[in-house]
Amino acid sequence: MKTKIFTGMLASAALALSASTASAATLDDVKAKGFVQCGVSTGLSGFSAPNDAGEWSGIDVEYCRGVAAAVFGDPSKVKFTALTAKERFTALQSGEIDILSRNTTWTMSRDTQLGLNFAGVNYYDGQGFMVRKALGLNSALELSGASVCVQTGTTTELNLTDYFKANNMEYKPVVFEKLEEVNAAYAANRCDVYTTDASGLYSIRLTLDNPDEHTVLPEIISKEPLGPVVRQGDDQWFNIAKWTHIAMVNAEELGVTSENVDLEKDSENPNIKRLLGTEGNFGESIGLDAEWAYNIIKTVGNYGEVFDRTVGAGSPLKIERGRNALWTDGGLQYGPPIR
Amino acid sequence: MNNDSNAQSSKASLLYDPVARSIFFQCLTVAIVAWLVYAGINNAITNLEKANVASGFGFLSDRSGFDVSQSLIEYTNDSSYLRAFYVGLTNTLLVSALGIFFATIIGFAVGIGRLSQNYLIRKICMVYVELLRNIPLLLQLLFWYKAVLGVLPNVRDAMQVGNIYLSNRGLAIPKFIPEAGASTIFWAFVVGIIATFVVAKWAKKRQMKTGQQFPTILVGFGLVLGLPLLALIVLGFPFVIENPELGGFNFRGGSVVLPEFVALLLGLALYTAAFIAEIVRSGILAVSKGQTEAAYALGIRPNITMRKVIVPQAMRVVIPPLTSQYLNLTKNSSLAVAIGYPDLVAIFSGTVLNQTGQAVEVVLMTMLVYLFLSLVTSTFMNWFNSRVSLVER
Ligand SMILES: N[C@@H](CCC(=O)N[C@@H](CS)C(=O)NCC(=O)O)C(=O)O
Repeated sequence: MKTKIFTGMLASAALALSASTASAATLDDVKAKGFVQCGVSTGLSGFSAPNDAGEWSGIDVEYCRGVAAAVFGDPSKVKFTALTAKERFTALQSGEIDILSRNTTWTMSRDTQLGLNFAGVNYYDGQGFMVRKALGLNSALELSGASVCVQTGTTTELNLTDYFKANNMEYKPVVFEKLEEVNAAYAANRCDVYTTDASGLYSIRLTLDNPDEHTVLPEIISKEPLGPVVRQGDDQWFNIAKWTHIAMVNAEELGVTSENVDLEKDSENPNIKRLLGTEGNFGESIGLDAEWAYNIIKTVGNYGEVFDRTVGAGSPLKIERGRNALWTDGGLQYGPPIR
Repeated sequence: MNNDSNAQSSKASLLYDPVARSIFFQCLTVAIVAWLVYAGINNAITNLEKANVASGFGFLSDRSGFDVSQSLIEYTNDSSYLRAFYVGLTNTLLVSALGIFFATIIGFAVGIGRLSQNYLIRKICMVYVELLRNIPLLLQLLFWYKAVLGVLPNVRDAMQVGNIYLSNRGLAIPKFIPEAGASTIFWAFVVGIIATFVVAKWAKKRQMKTGQQFPTILVGFGLVLGLPLLALIVLGFPFVIENPELGGFNFRGGSVVLPEFVALLLGLALYTAAFIAEIVRSGILAVSKGQTEAAYALGIRPNITMRKVIVPQAMRVVIPPLTSQYLNLTKNSSLAVAIGYPDLVAIFSGTVLNQTGQAVEVVLMTMLVYLFLSLVTSTFMNWFNSRVSLVER
């Protein structure tokens, strides 16, 4: 009841009154606290969801562990805050979390009007549609007149409008705030179509009673570069957020994995030496120690390893690397050089 | 203060003058509060600027770019955010007004039922009150939503009565599209209401003078319903009927009552009715038994005793807490967001806030709306209360 308005009120009051969160050195705060506070989704398996053992897991979660490893040398020094699509930006702006890693699409308005900075893209996605196989549909262009379930506060909501409009089709939106509510409404046949990021659809499909009765239509209607986000005004923390992801991508490119990283420390390859901190002082230049990237790779793994065990072939989702392959394999993951 | 104390205080120091002191402290309090508000607003603006967050109300005229499932006013994704605000507002008003209407009826019925002579009715009403009053509203809403969706068939197997279809996509009913002259019917309705008031006034006056009674209620019904009906017939039914038809995924044409709306209305009305029932019961019990006995002793029939003696006195006790329930219902309607009904909080504090990121402005506007609605409701109820309160002669 009033609680909704009340939390909104508190959040905006906190936002308005939090005197210096935006400009304070987040790294110092994080070190003083002893952990990184990371905002994740409320439960989208593969990206961020509690596993059977009650621990958070997923590609977005692993990224935050990477940040903790870079800062503390210990991937467990991270605490997670579950956020709905609607809550996420206020939580970051008000300083409730240090970093947001929650399948969040990098858009211009978010990057410029919300006081936020996107630190890279850890998953290239696009919006898709899921329907019941029984409807016998082959294309999203056959969806005119359908009821569509969608979560509020997402880019999804806007792309949906654009797509139907561009194709002269009608639809009836059914909008919820929480993921479980959208899932339940789709399961109860309140809507014919479920739309969100394609990766999200694969993940949600597996949580339905009979995943085989549902299919994702071939059309991908938008670009959804998903990545971690930090507040504007703290370049040091922004750098740490950016280079954590880059280090993981470059490690994969250089063939450095969590298993061989100790051996690679003796490598003669100057790229590997700079990455692992045996040459140069790159750690110092972002306010961390020389082992920052070594710690990420040793404890969390490189990008390929993380992808594989969270969303890829080694996970229930079995999503192909596709666009998320390294640039050397024809994909889009391309880490600027460490030098 | 009288002259005496004035004379005294002018002699003593101003410091010890109670009037001067109280004025001083009140001014001080006002000044502190004003400063706090100013500092708060100032701080908010500086911090938003420092954090590079866009601010101001300019966004209200931008294109919204999203669609809404139910709208009482013209709205498309090309409308502005301000328009979306009005859509949310009217949806909140709709569900609140209907919720208050049904909650009052059910509440009065159950409240009186709890005092019934009949054991079964008494107990059923008691169970109703205790059950609904003690389960959190949010759970009840989710329950009703699940129940509504769970019980109703899929669109393709919709239940059909004539041109009315019921399915888990809602209740599809024929839509009456007004043609020229249709507004006359509405005006006939308004005239009917005004005429009823005039008749009631006249009847009361006559009864005061001559003691003769007049069937006001019956005549009132006749006027309010009869006049529009007459207009309808005279104008030769100036409506085009558009029937809903199953086409593709959903019903096309006609009007649709959404399941989200039904679940919300059901939840709000039944929950609030439980509280209203208790208020009504306490109001009736607050009228002393002597009143009934005195009325009977005067030979007034039980029915009339209830209407003319007990209820008017009970109303004095009932109205103030009833007002609170009306306010609660309106504010509780913001739980709509949990079951996907597009109310003010869902559309404006939800989607618009998120798409624009202007949390401070949006939340402020939303709070002001609820404040305004609450103040209007309580002003009206206070006025009504002063009408029915005991006039001492
Ligand atoms: N990438 C889109 C959508 C992200 C999104 O919120 N997706 C939903 C549906 S897959 C989700 O993850 N919900 C999880 C939750 O609310 O906890 C955006 O940034 O707006």
